[in-house]
Amino acid sequence: MEKERLLTVRNLHAKAGDIDILQGVDLTVNAGEVHALMGPNGSGKSTLAQILAGRDQYEVTEGEVIYRGKNLLELAPEERACEGLFLAFQYPVEIPGVNNTYFLKAALNAIRKHRGEEDLDAVDFLALVKERLQLVEMDPSLLSRPVNEGFSGGEKKRNEIFQMAVLEPILAILDETDSGLDIDALRIVAAGVNRLKRPDNATVVVTHYQRLLNYIVPDFVHVLIDGRIVKSGDKNLALELENRGYDWLEEQPKGRRKTPQRGALVS
Amino acid sequence: MPTTTNDIQSLVDQEYKYGFVTDIESETVPPGLNEEIIRLISVKKHEPDFMLEWRLNAYRRWITMKEPKWPHVHYPPIDYQSIIYYAAPKSNADRPKSLDEVSPELLAIYDKLGVPLQEREILAGVAVDAVLDSVSVATTFKNKLSELGIIFCSFSEAVQEHLDLIKQYLGSVVPYSDNFFATLNSAVFTDGSFCYIPPGVRCPIELSTYFRINAAATGQFERTLIIADKGSYVSYLEGCTAPMRDENQLHAAVVELIALEDAEIKYSTVQNWYPGDKEGKGGIYNFVTKRGRCIGARSKISWTQVETGSAITWKYPSVILQGESSVGEFYSVALTNNYQQADTGTKMIHIGKNTHSTIVSKGIAAAHGQNTYRGLVKVLRGADNVRNYSQCDSLLIGDQCGAHTFPYLEAHNRTAQIEHEASTSKIGEDQIFYCKQRGISAEDAVSMIVNGFCKQVLKELPMEFAVEAQKLLGVSLEGSVG
Repeated sequence: MEKERLLTVRNLHAKAGDIDILQGVDLTVNAGEVHALMGPNGSGKSTLAQILAGRDQYEVTEGEVIYRGKNLLELAPEERACEGLFLAFQYPVEIPGVNNTYFLKAALNAIRKHRGEEDLDAVDFLALVKERLQLVEMDPSLLSRPVNEGFSGGEKKRNEIFQMAVLEPILAILDETDSGLDIDALRIVAAGVNRLKRPDNATVVVTHYQRLLNYIVPDFVHVLIDGRIVKSGDKNLALELENRGYDWLEEQPKGRRKTPQRGALVS
Repeated sequence: MPTTTNDIQSLVDQEYKYGFVTDIESETVPPGLNEEIIRLISVKKHEPDFMLEWRLNAYRRWITMKEPKWPHVHYPPIDYQSIIYYAAPKSNADRPKSLDEVSPELLAIYDKLGVPLQEREILAGVAVDAVLDSVSVATTFKNKLSELGIIFCSFSEAVQEHLDLIKQYLGSVVPYSDNFFATLNSAVFTDGSFCYIPPGVRCPIELSTYFRINAAATGQFERTLIIADKGSYVSYLEGCTAPMRDENQLHAAVVELIALEDAEIKYSTVQNWYPGDKEGKGGIYNFVTKRGRCIGARSKISWTQVETGSAITWKYPSVILQGESSVGEFYSVALTNNYQQADTGTKMIHIGKNTHSTIVSKGIAAAHGQNTYRGLVKVLRGADNVRNYSQCDSLLIGDQCGAHTFPYLEAHNRTAQIEHEASTSKIGEDQIFYCKQRGISAEDAVSMIVNGFCKQVLKELPMEFAVEAQKLLGVSLEGSVG
């Protein structure tokens, strides 16, 4: 049976101010898949993640993004979230004064409302929270604190995955979730992500290092350099990158790139 | 792609929901102010000579005074001779005896405002002394309260029925010579609320007054006097709205609170006067003097205010802590959007020993709003072991607004412990985007963040009021992060 196509990125070009950041990205993600997006600093990994989530500081100049049959770029960020797209932030934002649990409940009920479902009542919500908390072994005291305020780097990242566990997205993008995590925390977070994996959802892991991929094993690995995906492969590509770095790909002649530079749409 | 800035803008652009004008024929005196007008007001209100003398003294003092220029607010000069100083709804010339006699049009106004004025108030537990322009129109619950010895009536009625209390306490906290606007009020005030709680009585319900400025070009000068006798307790709520008009209107009220030994007064305000339009045209000038005096030992006065309306707000609900071990509190949320300006805060004057005060001020500025906290903590020489804690937080929304904090500390006693904390934060694009990425709209995000910011103050409000205040904050802010 054919897997549902969740995300199709075609020839995506984007810039921030006058600077071109994405220069023709193509990416297809199907349900049940885990993709790793790797690349050196400044290659555009996080930009791609932010554009998919709807950040308005980037201008898309060319190309398209189809998410579950819809033109993603036309949806407001909150609509994307309600449609099941989740971004685990590289730098989770602090919201003083807003209780973490209250925030999460508001988010969950906004998404449920969008789906035409009723609000989850306090009892059911707390039961859900308790259960999902264990998934990331997060300290329950963080629930009653303001969102991310005063959290350590590792606590913030865990909180992201905890939110993901409660909101149960269809497409989750984890933007450098491994940065700032020690090895134990990394293992716990990765185990949480793995347990959330289902045949009908997918995960895109944006990372700099191969380390995380020992725990979250990807079906596909893509290498993004200078705003283009220059090579795609299976998990072995990540190991090769770990050994050889990115230089050999940057020096590779253009003609030999595995992924097409320009989509058919340009013509 | 929709931008956050636009979302915030549309939030801010929400129109004032209470801007209707009701056609009730008003009985007014000609505009302008002179001794004749004051005599006329006094005659219309059948006042004793004592009151007329008091008014005239205030007027003679006022003409020698200058408008204060120190507040951090800007407005064109006010022409005091173009203001109408007395307006009473004509249909009520003979004063209604009960709700049945109140004109349906008037009741309809309160309906629109959502003021609970009829039987349902009993369920809600609110007694309302409604002030429409200058004459108190209907007072409910009076009989019930009078069984407990509680007096809750219009100021005019108190002048007729309880002159001794008026003579004893009127001006005892805010003297007629106090300041330019309070002195003006003393000369021309037309009505207001009066409340007396006898010794040992705990007022069983929240007393409530809704103020509303209706007639065009009338200033509203009401005066409130609350006396809590020994060991008594009262919680008083004040809510305000005003219709939309292009010209500015002056509101110069005076509130005096007196707490005797072991008495406690809790005074809560939700102020939603018309703030002017998006360009800053129109709106109320809210120049108000509110002050309480903790006369008795262990007495307590607590002010809680949520100020979302008015073009300009100038008020400093203060407490004179005279009795030993008395307590003063000030909890404030002031929100300025569009071209609103607020210069607000408190004064805590510690005279007695072991007196404590707490100040929590939350200022929110959006669009071109200017928000100033100005507060004085003064400890007199004989006041041993005084403690004060002040916290002033500002929240900025957008990059055109301003927040300013002017704390003044004057300690003349070495044993005083005074703490002051301040913070300024901003609702950033990052926060809004983070909320949106979790499925929460910009409106809900802003209102969630603002309510979180104000929580500490809102929890001081009586329940029903807190809910109303929360909604009001949401509505007043709609459209402001950039």
